[in-house]
Amino acid sequence: MHRMWVCAMALTMAAAAQAQDSKSEIDALKRRVDELEARSAQKPATNAFNPDISLILQGTAARASQNPDDYQITGFAPSGGDVAPPRRGFSLGESELVVSSNIDPYFRGQLVAALTPDNDVEVEEAFFQTLALGKGFTVKGGRFLSSIGYQNQIHQHAWDFQDAPLPYKAFLGGRLNDDGVQGKWIAPTDLLVELGAETGRGRQFPGSDPNKNGAGMWSLFGHVGGDAGTGGAWRAGLSYLKTSPEDRAFSDAGVLQSFTGDSRLWIADAVFKWAPEGNSSVTNLKLQGEYFRRTEEGSLSSTDYSSRQSGWYAQAVYQFMPRWRAGYRYDRLDHGTVSSVFTEAQAPLLLTGYNPTRNTVMVDWSPTEFSRLRLQLAQDKSRAGVTDNQVLLQYIFSLGAHGAHTF
Amino acid sequence: MKTFLLVLLLAPLQALANLNILACEPEWGALAKEIGGDKANVYVATTAMQDPHRVEARPSLMARARNADLVVCTGAQLEIGWLPLLQTQSGNSKIQSGQPGYFEAASAVSLIEKPSSVDRAQGDVHPAGNPHLHLDPRNIAEVAAALAQRMASLDGTQAPYYQSRQKDFDKRWTEASTRWEQQAAPLKGMPIVVYHKDLSYLIAWTGMREVGALEPKPGIPPSTAHLAELLETLKQSPARAVVRSAYNDPRAAEWLAERAKIPAVMLPYTVGGTDRAKDLFGLYDDTLARLLAVTK
Repeated sequence: MHRMWVCAMALTMAAAAQAQDSKSEIDALKRRVDELEARSAQKPATNAFNPDISLILQGTAARASQNPDDYQITGFAPSGGDVAPPRRGFSLGESELVVSSNIDPYFRGQLVAALTPDNDVEVEEAFFQTLALGKGFTVKGGRFLSSIGYQNQIHQHAWDFQDAPLPYKAFLGGRLNDDGVQGKWIAPTDLLVELGAETGRGRQFPGSDPNKNGAGMWSLFGHVGGDAGTGGAWRAGLSYLKTSPEDRAFSDAGVLQSFTGDSRLWIADAVFKWAPEGNSSVTNLKLQGEYFRRTEEGSLSSTDYSSRQSGWYAQAVYQFMPRWRAGYRYDRLDHGTVSSVFTEAQAPLLLTGYNPTRNTVMVDWSPTEFSRLRLQLAQDKSRAGVTDNQVLLQYIFSLGAHGAHTF
Repeated sequence: MKTFLLVLLLAPLQALANLNILACEPEWGALAKEIGGDKANVYVATTAMQDPHRVEARPSLMARARNADLVVCTGAQLEIGWLPLLQTQSGNSKIQSGQPGYFEAASAVSLIEKPSSVDRAQGDVHPAGNPHLHLDPRNIAEVAAALAQRMASLDGTQAPYYQSRQKDFDKRWTEASTRWEQQAAPLKGMPIVVYHKDLSYLIAWTGMREVGALEPKPGIPPSTAHLAELLETLKQSPARAVVRSAYNDPRAAEWLAERAKIPAVMLPYTVGGTDRAKDLFGLYDDTLARLLAVTK
């Protein structure tokens, strides 16, 4: 009996020792797995410090009833920007190379270079932006898309139509991306209140790239925004842009005219997006509109000149099923009042009292968020007495890093 | 009038006394509330009805990001389409990547389905691994511990409060997890068709078997050709249910379920996805109940 008890005890002890052994073995193995996991997680990829790089490929096949080379907006001084409709036939669009990264804990940087179909490289954006100021402040410097209006700071490949609205073409040469600095502040409220100011050289229309010290352009902008119910979100804003062009030259009916003076532009913008319960994957709606008003005062080729002109556009884009969207845009410019000593016969481009309009419809198909094919039809009455019927097919592909798109 | 103005001016300061938390997804909002109690103001950026991949940096989120002391997100590139904008444009230095005010749940757990190579031809793959990690209760417990630690370090005066709430949560969660594991036993080995790879952690935890996905590739919406193919494979290896998340379009799941003569099951996916999924406990209770209904 006694012997049996000893035996049983010995067995239990042995079993316990064995359990102890296997437990410590398991623990040791666990430790090794943890170490391996930690090591594999720590293993720095060779490209860990490389910036995010993405590339946008774009192209069009266009058909137009008028020659795009003759494009002009009657009643408005040419903005010198790349505003004409795309070339007829097949043509490559701008290929955009986007490189961005945090620089250090205090700054980030971004470059957007456009390789144009004419084999030029254009710097669209190259800027730094602060990350560490806090209290809602950010400062940006370099060349960047201005935050005035709504569409201005959206890259072309993310537009809902292939081309810019008429007021952008007439008043900003397509878009404003000056060389300068921007300061922006977001208020500590639940409603988005964003206030900012920019100053720059005035290197492009409505400026004239003056060769002088100091600023040739400054702007103020304010935006407010919030949610509307569970499915809606909105943003509205007001912006002001002041430039002082010197000898801003253009050709009107073969005569070279030049404007020197002050140019003031006001933009009111609003955008509303809606999706059922906020889930945009099946259907969603986007409404967008902007109103521009510009006054210019000064001298036109050494004679008194002043103008007050305006324009607006409104557009709606609806995703009616996954991948498929349809949209409509209406733009209109108002010639307003232009007072000059010249007659309409002397300066027909500037002084013809004509209000350009355009109707555009589009359908696009986006297999994924990285690819999009678009069909766009437009009836463009930018030129007095001429209707340009345009049909174009466009592709937009995005390679590389996943970009985040602004609201 | 003067006192009214003073109250208005001080109101934001009052709000500052608490930890302002912006949670990217409802599950992390719910968890932050469990730990933060009445010492945290939690705002959730998205709802269970929204596809977490397709969210926009809308103005209201920009305003909340501006005021956040802590942003609690999944990470692993789930929010890559919108969170970077909130970080860079909101003028809030506290929530930048690498700062204590930016918390990634994915940093507290080990992710599954890490791709050995990444190529967009495979669809919308996440290079760091599958980010839908909240559907394994063990992950929730680990994220809770890490989050409580982070909240305690950000708001030192309330550290004991957060830690005691986390302990209490952990106790209730461990009990519930044991119960769920017992309840989930019949699910082991159950073959299902999923919509997206967003249920992989749930499948791994319960031991279910994924025999197909409605999406031909991650992030690519179901096509009729793919569904027909899937229907054929189901004839060879039948599934017990077609399972989708609340935010997925129901039509593809219903189409397949009807033809394969198996039930289509909608899961809450996250807090708020169904009426019963009011909090994290409700989320698991309801998820299991809906799946177990298939086995009966």
